[in-house]
Amino acid sequence: MMDMLFKVFIEPFLFMVEAPDLLIQTLWEGLVSGVLYALIALGFVLIFKASGVFNFAQGIMVVFAALILVGLYEKGVPAFLALILAALAMLVLAMVVERVVLRPLVNQPDIILFMATFGLTYFLIGFGELIFGGSPREMITEQLFLPQGTTEIDAFGGSIRFQHLDIAAAIIASIMIGLLAVFFSKTRIGRALRAVADSHKAALSVGISLNQIWVIVWFAAGIVALVAGIMWGARSGVSFSLQIIALKALPVLILGGFTSIPGAIIGGLIIGIGEKIGEFYWGPLVGGGVETWLAYVIALLFLLYRPQGLFGEKIIERI
Amino acid sequence: MLYREAGQFKTTYVADSAIFPLREDRIGLAIIILGAYALAFLGNSFLLQAVMIPFLVFSLAAIGLNILTGYTGLLSLGTGAFMGVGAYACYKLMTAFPGVNVIVWIFVSGFFSAAIGALFGLPSLRIKGFYLAVATLAAQFFLQWCFIRIPWLVNYNVSGALDAPLRTLFGIPIIGPNATPQTRYLVVLTIVIVLTWIASNLVHGRIGRMWIAIRDMDLAAELMGIRPLQTKLLAFAVSSYYCGVAGALLVFLWYGGAEYDVFNINQSFFILFMVIIGGLGSLIGSFFGAALIFILPIVLGIVLPAMFEPFGISVAADVIEHLRFMIVGALIIFFLIVEPHGLARLWQIGKQKLLVWPFPY
Repeated sequence: MMDMLFKVFIEPFLFMVEAPDLLIQTLWEGLVSGVLYALIALGFVLIFKASGVFNFAQGIMVVFAALILVGLYEKGVPAFLALILAALAMLVLAMVVERVVLRPLVNQPDIILFMATFGLTYFLIGFGELIFGGSPREMITEQLFLPQGTTEIDAFGGSIRFQHLDIAAAIIASIMIGLLAVFFSKTRIGRALRAVADSHKAALSVGISLNQIWVIVWFAAGIVALVAGIMWGARSGVSFSLQIIALKALPVLILGGFTSIPGAIIGGLIIGIGEKIGEFYWGPLVGGGVETWLAYVIALLFLLYRPQGLFGEKIIERI
Repeated sequence: MLYREAGQFKTTYVADSAIFPLREDRIGLAIIILGAYALAFLGNSFLLQAVMIPFLVFSLAAIGLNILTGYTGLLSLGTGAFMGVGAYACYKLMTAFPGVNVIVWIFVSGFFSAAIGALFGLPSLRIKGFYLAVATLAAQFFLQWCFIRIPWLVNYNVSGALDAPLRTLFGIPIIGPNATPQTRYLVVLTIVIVLTWIASNLVHGRIGRMWIAIRDMDLAAELMGIRPLQTKLLAFAVSSYYCGVAGALLVFLWYGGAEYDVFNINQSFFILFMVIIGGLGSLIGSFFGAALIFILPIVLGIVLPAMFEPFGISVAADVIEHLRFMIVGALIIFFLIVEPHGLARLWQIGKQKLLVWPFPY
C-alpha cells in the first residue's frame, strides 16, 4: 500500500526534478497540443456564441476541410489555389447548413439542434468518404511553406527537441485566436454576433439578419476548421480518425465555458498539458494509454465543482 | 372497419388506465408476439441470425437509452460502454460460476452495468444538456480503455477478445458454437419481451411520471416533491441495466464472441440515432428506430446493386457503407425538422386515421 502511494504521489515528482529536460519536453508537447485543441474549441465557441448551437460537426469539418485541400492538390491544383477553393467550399457548406438545417429549426430547444449536428456529422463522414475514400493522406506541408525540421537545445543536462512545425502551429494558432478576439469585440459584425447569441428575437427586432449572421459564423468556424485541419494534418496525417481527436475539444470547452474565447484557450492549455504530463508520468502505472480518457475525466471532475466552466456565465434558472 | 372504439366501455379505473385500452390493440399485440415466435420455425437461419436477432438486441439497447434520453431528458453518449459493461460482467460471471444457468447471469450482468451507469450519472444532478453529454463521453472513453487494459476482464485471454463458451438451457445449447440461430432467437425474443413489458410498466407508472416530470422541467418537478438526484440516478441505473443486458445478448447470442471495439463510440451514436428516429419517449419507437437504422444498410446492400447493375455500374460494399452514413445523417436532420417525435408519432397518426376511417374526422 505504502509502495503504491509512493509510486503515485512521490516518485513522479522526484522524476520531474531529476530530469528537468524531460519535464520541459513534455510541457512543450502539451503546450502545442493544447494550442491545437484550443483552435478546434474556438470553432465550437464561435458557433455557440452566435447561434446557441453546440456544433458537434466541428470535428468532421476539420477533417472535411483538410481533405478538400489535400484532395484538390492531388488532382493537380496548385497548393494556394487549393487553399482558396477549400475556403470557398467551407463557405458553401456554411450556406447549405444555414438553409437546410438551421433555418427550419429556429426556436427549437438547444438539445434538438445539438442532435441535428450529429446528423450533419454522419452525413459529412459518409459524403467525405464517398468522395475522397477512407484512406489516410499526407498533409501538404512544404507546398504551404510550413517549416519542417527540428531544433535541439541542450539544457539541464539533456536536450530538448522543438519541431519547427509545432512552433509554427503555436504561432499561427495564437494569431488566429487573437484575430478572432479582435473580430468579436471590435467589429460591427462581431457585435451583431454577440447580440444574436444573447437573444435571437431581440437581435431580429433591431434589424440584424439572423440568416446572414449564421452564414458568417459558420463560415468563420469553417476557416478555423481549415486551419486546424492543416495543423493537425501536418502533425498526424489527414484521416477520419482526426475526428476523435476533435472530440477532445469538448472537455476543453467544458473547462473554459462554452461562450468564452479566453476560456477556450486556457482550457485547451490545461487539457493539453495535463494530458501529456499524466500520460508521461502516471500513465505507465496503469498500463499507458490514459491520454484517451484523461481529458474527459478532468473535465468531469471539474464540472462537479463549477458547472458553468472557468469563464462561463453564471447559470440562472427560472421556472 | 377493423378498428373501432365504439362499444368498449370501461367500468373500472384499472381498465381505463390500461396501456392497451382497445381490444383491437390487444389482439394486434398478441398476433405480433405469436408471429414473432412462429418466425423461429418459419424463417431461415439467415433471416434469424442476420436480421431478427440484431434487430431485437438493438431494440433493447434503444429502449434503455430511450428511458434515459427520451423519458428523463438526459442525453447520454456512453451507451456503447454501458453495453460493454454488461457483456464483460456476463462473461466473468458465467466463466466464474459455470454451474448457474446462463440466463440468470444475463439478467444479473445488467445490475453491474446499472451500478456503473449510476456512478457516471452522479454528475447529472449538477450538470445538464450537452455538459452532461460530454460527461458521459468520459464514461465511454474510460470504460473502453478499461476493456482494453484490464486483462482480468477476459480471464487473461491472449487474444483479448470475449468468446462464448458452451452453455445450455434445458439441455439445449443456447450459447456457444453449437447453438442454432433458432434457439438463440427464441431466447433473445423472450428476454426482450419480458424486459419490454417491465419497461412499459415502469414508464406508465409513478416512476415513469417522475422521469417525465424531470424531463419537462426539473426545477418545477423538484418543487412538486420529486427528488431530482434519486430520480435521475434511477433513470441512469434502469437505462444502463437495459443496455447492459443488450450488450450481453449482443456478444453471446448474436456475435458469439467480440472484441472491445464493438463497444466504441459509433455504437453509442447509432443507438442514439435509433432513439431519435424512432421517437424520443416512446417504447414502440425504439423498435421502429432499431428496425430502420439496422435494416436500412441491409436493404441498401440489396437494392442499390440491383438498381445500378443493369447500367453496368457495380456498387462496391464501401460505397454502400458511406451511403448508409449519409442517409442516416440526412434522416436524423429530416426527422428533427419534420417530425421531432419520430416514427412513433407517425404510427400514432396512422392509428388515429384508422380509427375514424373512412371519415376524415
